[in-house]
Amino acid sequence: MKRVAVIGVGHSTFGVRKDVNLSELTFEAVRPALDDAGLSGKDIEFVSFASAGGMYEEALPAVVAAEYCGLTGAGLLRCEAACASGSAAFLTSYLNVASGHADVAMAIGMEKMTEVDTPTMMELIGRAGSYLWEFHNFGTTFPSYYALYASAHMARFGTTEEDLALVAVKNHRYGALNPKARFQRETTVDEVLASYPVAWPLKLFDCCPICDGAAAAVLASEEKARELGVDTPIWVSGVGCSSDTANMGKRPDYVGLKASVSASERAYGMAGLGPDDIEVATVHDCFTIAELMAYEDLGFCGKGEGAALIREGVTEIGGKIPVNIDGGLKAKGHPIGATGCSMIYELTKQLREEAERRQRQAPLERYIALAHNVGGTGHYCYVTILRR
Amino acid sequence: MWNAMPSIRSRPLNLVFEIPTSRTQKFWQWIEGGEFHTTRCRGCGTLLFPPVADCPGCLSSEMEWVKLEGRGVVDAFTHVIARPTSFQQHEPYTIAIVRLREGVRVLAWLMDVDITKVEVGMSVRLEVGKTPEGEASYWFVPS
Repeated sequence: MKRVAVIGVGHSTFGVRKDVNLSELTFEAVRPALDDAGLSGKDIEFVSFASAGGMYEEALPAVVAAEYCGLTGAGLLRCEAACASGSAAFLTSYLNVASGHADVAMAIGMEKMTEVDTPTMMELIGRAGSYLWEFHNFGTTFPSYYALYASAHMARFGTTEEDLALVAVKNHRYGALNPKARFQRETTVDEVLASYPVAWPLKLFDCCPICDGAAAAVLASEEKARELGVDTPIWVSGVGCSSDTANMGKRPDYVGLKASVSASERAYGMAGLGPDDIEVATVHDCFTIAELMAYEDLGFCGKGEGAALIREGVTEIGGKIPVNIDGGLKAKGHPIGATGCSMIYELTKQLREEAERRQRQAPLERYIALAHNVGGTGHYCYVTILRR
Repeated sequence: MWNAMPSIRSRPLNLVFEIPTSRTQKFWQWIEGGEFHTTRCRGCGTLLFPPVADCPGCLSSEMEWVKLEGRGVVDAFTHVIARPTSFQQHEPYTIAIVRLREGVRVLAWLMDVDITKVEVGMSVRLEVGKTPEGEASYWFVPS
């Protein structure tokens, strides 16, 4: 396998983007990624395009968006791994370059979630499990899946609703400093606790927002990166992925995501690193409970100690391991297919010490970063470790 | 500002899927008869819920139906307030994942319960019957 570097990244503004269609939105990520890499669309040999889809008018979004962005002719596919689709696309493009099949490839993530109303979106993503045995008779919603986990975590480890609120407060604080974020405002524990109950114990401010967005990354082989004279290549050091059952009833417990544990073990193994080596991370905080479980599943702390990490400020800038200092899914927004590529964008910027704005730059010594992207309720998990 | 943006409304697309159930039809017939059954693999002896025609463990397609008592404890639960389009006519509902004494877990609504009293570890039992819409279903009640 060849060494592979991220040589260009781009990111649209996340939000209710009724000003653009999905192709125009994708362009907002693709153009800056190509400019960043110093390449044109014709230089891209392979494109993996992530979108969960089914919530907007196009049946073949990869083809439509690739045409619009001048990428027609490249090898092309659409990747679906629910909320981890962007990481699945990144892995696919990584493997294409690492194997020598392509010298330059692109991973694009895009989702357009606001062309349908909110109850319809809940109808669509509530089916992200086992339709007949969960949604059909019991109306599972996406927040309800994570609320089930929250109830078990609270019962077993004494995690409280206030602990969950602290995750929202931290991530909004950084979202307020991120010009690409959906919510550029801070929040408070009281505001989170007083917000509308969605699926007990999760309230509106425990949930990431439905929103539109796109992000893209250009990957190149080591030879190609050197040939292009890339200043600061960001190397893909480890990738790991795993999965879990469709039916919630078949999980061994509801206090962590098994797929996160095994995906991270595989990524750490490939990189020859462990959780103590990670200096900055983006983790999948689609709901506040998910960030606490991620701390535990990724080995940033022991099982049941996630709440202590957020209480003690360990995951803020200045703490041992800053997490989601781009605002996370919670405040930056979670356009489903875009999120995995958005994480790569953020970590690439962090490792180059180019975080927007400067207050969001993590202090780095060894320049090692980790992205953790979950699809569904731990149905899929992808962990990517990047190094400068 | 963005909400006031011009747009073109797409042609409507209403999808309803016909989901084949012939391989596990007995499950729904047992429900109609007032009993809760699931499948056990004759190849490896694993009890499987939801009921299936094929075993993911040993890949055998030899299954037998087993009646479940339906008593168990709540492993996880949530009260769903924000509901999807097709559940808008329902009152908010409680979803629980229950570990049955027989060893399998079942996700279903927990009904006839004071929601302030629901907790992980509480004892419940399964009931079977018809939903207000006339569909065969099953749910938990406190025991």
